[in-house]
Amino acid sequence: MAETNKDVLLDPLFNNNPIALQVLGICSALAVTTKMETAFVMSLAVMFVCVFSNLSVSVIRNYIPSSIRIIVQLTIIASLVIVTDKVLQAYVYNISRQLSVFVGLIITNCIIMGRAEAFAMQNKPWPSVVDGFGNALGYGLILMVVAFMRELFGTGKVFGFTILQPVTEGGWYVPNGLMVLSPAAFFLIGCFIWAVRSWKTDQVEEEFHVGALLEPGHEGHIR
Amino acid sequence: MEHSNGYIIGFAAAVCGVCAIIVSTTAVQLKPMVERNERLAIQEQVLALAGVSEEGILSDDDIEAAYKTRIEPRIIELDSGLLAEGVDAAGWDQQARMADPSTSVAAPENAARVRRLPNQSVVYFVKGEGGGPDKVILPIQGQGLWGTLYGYLAVASDGQTIDGLTFYKHKETPGLGGEVDNPRWKALWPGRKIYGPDGDVAIRVVKGSAGPVAEAPYDVDGLSGATITSRGVTNTLAFWLGPEAFGPYLERIGTSGGGS
Repeated sequence: MAETNKDVLLDPLFNNNPIALQVLGICSALAVTTKMETAFVMSLAVMFVCVFSNLSVSVIRNYIPSSIRIIVQLTIIASLVIVTDKVLQAYVYNISRQLSVFVGLIITNCIIMGRAEAFAMQNKPWPSVVDGFGNALGYGLILMVVAFMRELFGTGKVFGFTILQPVTEGGWYVPNGLMVLSPAAFFLIGCFIWAVRSWKTDQVEEEFHVGALLEPGHEGHIR
Repeated sequence: MEHSNGYIIGFAAAVCGVCAIIVSTTAVQLKPMVERNERLAIQEQVLALAGVSEEGILSDDDIEAAYKTRIEPRIIELDSGLLAEGVDAAGWDQQARMADPSTSVAAPENAARVRRLPNQSVVYFVKGEGGGPDKVILPIQGQGLWGTLYGYLAVASDGQTIDGLTFYKHKETPGLGGEVDNPRWKALWPGRKIYGPDGDVAIRVVKGSAGPVAEAPYDVDGLSGATITSRGVTNTLAFWLGPEAFGPYLERIGTSGGGS
């Protein structure tokens, strides 16, 4: 493998971001990004699960029978998620209540299983840890950017501290109600993808024409 | 690489065993902290309902201290509405009492789908700054859409006026029925009247908007997109404030003009 650890760590931030390029983990990105605090805790939780699932899968990768590898990965991920959930309930109970089901749903976050299956099954433990960390960082980066915009423009706050004094509290700022609703996250992620792809033009996907399918020589071109 | 069936089964069992040990160890280790957090979250809601403090401003220790000084659990006989003398309210487990046949009776048919009624129930006196009770908090529960809504209702010392409503545990859909948690919806409750002119429970959640207290003393705005949850709240209140449950007690405190 030609990739160095540094590439493995930094690629998922912009070059191969799990949300922006692979478009995975969107569901939780919509749900937990109304406030930076919840987005931050969610990012940490995903980071913990992703790093340790990659590590565990990588350590036992040569012993996992390929016929049951997916379920073994899922068992490991599910255990880590339950541990994470319990720790959050014990130490940051209020945030864990706000995150409600979404911590549990990390189990179904495609990023985690995607990394276990695509990377940790073929690589040594240390690069796998770095890969898990990098991907979780890429996920967290988008979560934080989206949450920053949503919290600032939706409620005038950043991490719970008032920056723009809203009119309801005697200030001048009229909060943008759209920002606290889920669709806002879609728009923001869309803008983020657009920004990244204008900068890294190689990520732009080939334009897709239905007509191209019918032309000779283009069979099997659907992606 | 092919593995024998024995290897595959053994491997799966080993993975499950290791994961099970990790999960159960964590769960057991953290259980006391999680339970304390759950208890504090309920106490915090009761304090907010009592008007002692708002949610999210007190530290854990302050919550416990404020709860101890301002909230006094007392036990009442449900059928007579009298205070039960000589019963210790400390460590009272209402849910266990409701389940145990020796301390409860089968509830009459009701829309809130409460199956059993306790003979004695806990109520919480909110002590004013002076020390005397100025309102009382009643535990209520009833069927919502996905599960039982567990909550508390604060009633002013006239036994007629609602002072607040909160649900501390429910399984309603976030954003729809889950809006029972919404502070703006909860703020609609204080000041509404429980009993209509004929003495029956009149408070209900209506479809759409009900208007301010002066115009609609018995109606509260419905939760949009959550008809069944709204109806569940109405049924829950109708049952618990009715003659089978807290009705006699509220009548008694209304005439005596105080908690006891």
